[in-house]
Amino acid sequence: MTTVTAAPAPSVAPRHEQATRPRRLALVASKGTLDGAYPPLILAATAASLGWEVGIFFTFYGLDILHRKKHRKLKVPPLGNPAMPVPMPNLLGALPGMTAAATAMMRRWMKRAGLPDVATFLDMMRESGVRLYACSTTMGVMGVEANDLVDGVTIAGAAAFLDFAAEADVSMFV
Amino acid sequence: MTHTTDTHTDLDCKGLLCPLPVYRAAQAMGKLAPGQMLRIECTDRGSLEDFPAFARQRGHTLLSAEDRGSVQVFLIKKGGDR
Repeated sequence: MTTVTAAPAPSVAPRHEQATRPRRLALVASKGTLDGAYPPLILAATAASLGWEVGIFFTFYGLDILHRKKHRKLKVPPLGNPAMPVPMPNLLGALPGMTAAATAMMRRWMKRAGLPDVATFLDMMRESGVRLYACSTTMGVMGVEANDLVDGVTIAGAAAFLDFAAEADVSMFV
Repeated sequence: MTHTTDTHTDLDCKGLLCPLPVYRAAQAMGKLAPGQMLRIECTDRGSLEDFPAFARQRGHTLLSAEDRGSVQVFLIKKGGDR
């Protein structure tokens, strides 16, 4: 006979059981570029500042944002990005060195504007109690191990994130 | 970062862009008691819309929002936090 252990209690009480109900934001971060990393991190930091509960599901390339080494090396791809303000035909973005040049330029702008780097944003996420979900399917597909990820993440599948997102007031896929 | 006087605590957010002014304001508010006041100076143009929203979402009272051109000044009274 198979022994079935009880399911662990949900980490967050269902909404209808909570006396006061803070607003909740559920984000899916699917992009692994430097410019793609900022929108979910900025929205999450802001929502937490407004007193909201926040969870981010980092999936596919978005998982690089939680990768211990890769999150410091995210890049801006000029190819296929006509918004990149470089005075040259977009196709030249395919040339060697162009991604590095565009990335260096973006980092320079961000530094000048005083925008924190991704590592600092991750500290802010942990400081403000944002739930960082690392997509376990992505880890399996990309060969990412638990110790490749920054501290304070929850490794989970879609069900755990959807359980959190089911009672979100705002949900976005970015 | 913050400086406290008899009447309020000052928070200098000049030179910071979203989300930092609101983030730092939330941190500073966390150290105040209900009824105490935070005065924030910003240079992010978005702050004129952001701080009224911050106060509304947090249950604080925005006492004044002043656009001095190059700098925006806000005075917020802490409510019962939520």
